[in-house]
Amino acid sequence: MKDLDPEYLIFLGCTIPYRLPSYEISARKVLKTLGVKLVEMPDFNCCGYPVDPVNHELASTLATRNLCLAEEKEMNILTLCNGCFGFLNKVNKVLKEDEGFREKINRNLNEIGMEYKGKIEVKHLIHVLAEDIGFEKIRQNVKKSLSMIRVAQHTGCHLLRPSKYTLRDGGLGGHILLKELIKLTGAECLDYVDEDECCGNPIIGVNEDIPFQMAREKLEHIKRANAQALITVCPFCHIMYDLNQSLIERRFKERFRIPVLHYPQLLGLAMGFTPEELALDELRVKPNELLNSIYNAE
Amino acid sequence: MERFTDIFFTPKVTLLDVWKVQQVAGPKYILKSITVTRINSSFRHEMAEMPGAEKFLLCFQCGTCTAGCPISRFSSFYNPRKIARMVQLGLKDKLLSDVALWLCTTCYTCIDNCPQGVEVASIVRILRNLSVKERRIMPLISKKLALNILKTGYAYVIPESRIRRRIARGLPHLPKSNLKQIAKLFGVTGFLDTIENAETFEKVEVKE
Repeated sequence: MKDLDPEYLIFLGCTIPYRLPSYEISARKVLKTLGVKLVEMPDFNCCGYPVDPVNHELASTLATRNLCLAEEKEMNILTLCNGCFGFLNKVNKVLKEDEGFREKINRNLNEIGMEYKGKIEVKHLIHVLAEDIGFEKIRQNVKKSLSMIRVAQHTGCHLLRPSKYTLRDGGLGGHILLKELIKLTGAECLDYVDEDECCGNPIIGVNEDIPFQMAREKLEHIKRANAQALITVCPFCHIMYDLNQSLIERRFKERFRIPVLHYPQLLGLAMGFTPEELALDELRVKPNELLNSIYNAE
Repeated sequence: MERFTDIFFTPKVTLLDVWKVQQVAGPKYILKSITVTRINSSFRHEMAEMPGAEKFLLCFQCGTCTAGCPISRFSSFYNPRKIARMVQLGLKDKLLSDVALWLCTTCYTCIDNCPQGVEVASIVRILRNLSVKERRIMPLISKKLALNILKTGYAYVIPESRIRRRIARGLPHLPKSNLKQIAKLFGVTGFLDTIENAETFEKVEVKE
């Protein structure tokens, strides 16, 4: 039984198909090579996080509807987005513990003929890679060590906090997980100031000034650490540092030019995929220098 | 807790209070005016019932939440310590009309840092929810996202061209949404009614 390929229901969320197919493309390539079977959601609605600020009950009910769909398939959910992971995972855990909450949500779901039973788990890409596939198997699949490059990581809030929901039994906590995954590619993962600080993206719709200042500070810390690239595992953090980087540069009259890669893009390069196969050409900050140091190192 | 607020926030100011102030501040100190904010005495009980806010009475105002808050670092306009205090005091109207509530990024640093286990970010979420429900006003972006979910199942209206491009690149079809069921969930939670009548605001102007 042990050798069966792991199977997951892939929960893409909204932001990745809307704005960042590069993340999905690279994640699917890498997971396929590592023997993970991805099954598409039979039906889908937004995880609920975007409406949590305005109506927690609706948001939780929407989240639970997705959990029920996964229960019907008897499969765990794999998310690529921190927002989806944070919210689905939290709702799943609270539902399992809090009977009153479960009754309330199930009353809502009863209207559409669904019932939450609490049979599945929600995992983010980095949990699947680190815990289910394992470091050893990933290491075996690394064909080209990226030991010539130095990068920094940004794990993102909803994988880190609240720790009572994000910490996993027996798993590595905090940003250590992503750091270890980066090291498997051979790349050096640098430390920098305030690594766990928020990207600011969730409030950009009501206020641009503060998130841009936050992102600028983060990019400054990363530049000071002398990193050649930043590695993210969340579409919102990625948008903040990649898509908005030129806006931040213009606003503060500074120059960063730090390419921001999705982790599966970095891992994919180490596994021998070409930059085109991993959709690296879709990054706003062009990673040409980084790719030069990878391919012209010999 | 009960006595503390009762003594310090009673709207009645007596001559004895003035005398007490003068004992500390000196005889020249004249109490000119006091602004009394309306206290909603049932608000604390209302809050204590809300999942996520249970422990708010344990807040002893150490300020660790504000010290670690990335928003507070850039603007004093948003201050989670103050919000926790205002909840304890029952300043409901003032809290629910404060646009600064919408500046929390939900990074949850305050939750992990609080020595008393108070979930300040959850309290902020509860206050936002209450503000939407009772004052019928929300950020434009929230209304747009919610309406998109209602119309398409996704938080954005994903253009046909992008869906076609997925297929051209060998990605699977995007899962469809059961819009009837989603609309029903909007209905049973009462949010359909809220969103139809809600006013919106576009930006939160930061006033230091």
